[in-house]
Amino acid sequence: MNEFILMNGYGIYIWSAYIFTFIILSYLFFTNILKLNRKQKQLDKLLKKNDQNS
Amino acid sequence: MNLKISNNQIEIIRKMNPYLIGSTLFIFVVGFYFSLFDSPPDYIQGDSMRIMYVHVPFAWLSLFSYTILAASCILWFVTRNPIFNLFGKSIAPIGAIFTLIALVTGSIWGKPTWGVWWVWDARLTSMLILFFLYLAYILLWQSITNQETASKISAALGIIGFVNIPIIKFSVDWWNTLHQPATISKLSAPSIDINMLIPLLIMTLGSMFFLITLFLIKLRIEIIDQRMTRLSEK
Repeated sequence: MNEFILMNGYGIYIWSAYIFTFIILSYLFFTNILKLNRKQKQLDKLLKKNDQNS
Repeated sequence: MNLKISNNQIEIIRKMNPYLIGSTLFIFVVGFYFSLFDSPPDYIQGDSMRIMYVHVPFAWLSLFSYTILAASCILWFVTRNPIFNLFGKSIAPIGAIFTLIALVTGSIWGKPTWGVWWVWDARLTSMLILFFLYLAYILLWQSITNQETASKISAALGIIGFVNIPIIKFSVDWWNTLHQPATISKLSAPSIDINMLIPLLIMTLGSMFFLITLFLIKLRIEIIDQRMTRLSEK
């Protein structure tokens, strides 16, 4: 297990690259999912309001 | 503003989303297994070459994303259909993040391989320029309020910036650089071992699925924004 983490002395580089990629991709995905849900709710509200007015 | 994507098509995109997310996750899990456990170390670079499995797919897809962006800009100039603006606006932030991942992981890989985090050689510099092109495209859309003007200027930038793509691709052949030449994309057989090629292709497929998933999410956000603007104007 220790050998797997250390990766013959390159562990710090390898894990940094993988963790950085994972964090960036997760951030990109979740911020956009949340934004989509928020925008969809705003649109639904606006459509409801327009229906009531017409 | 007349959008060419119907409500039915938006509904299909929405229904595809969970399947795309599931497929992306599955491919990435398999890819990470092969990259970190199954793949053998390189006989020169040792285990540090495992960084290749996150660096190369995102570098490839950053170029692919810009090609899509430039194609959208050309199609907008030809047809003046605003849907191509939405394509460009949706792909640009993803391309920028992919370029950033390629730059950062490349820098991390550079330290144990070359002994330095960064060198101002042709490949690295042209990739950095690609990152700034993406940023400029995004900032143009955010800073210009007139949609027609923003469309024209950003489309012009998108097309002009495409000049950088062949420069990135052939920089390792045209100039002396620390960066290694292409091992897969050249016309002859790939000079990479099959045990390293398989994880690389799996990670590329996962990254491609991630790109498609996120592109469709961002496209839906852009379409909702357009619909809200039209409703507010009524």
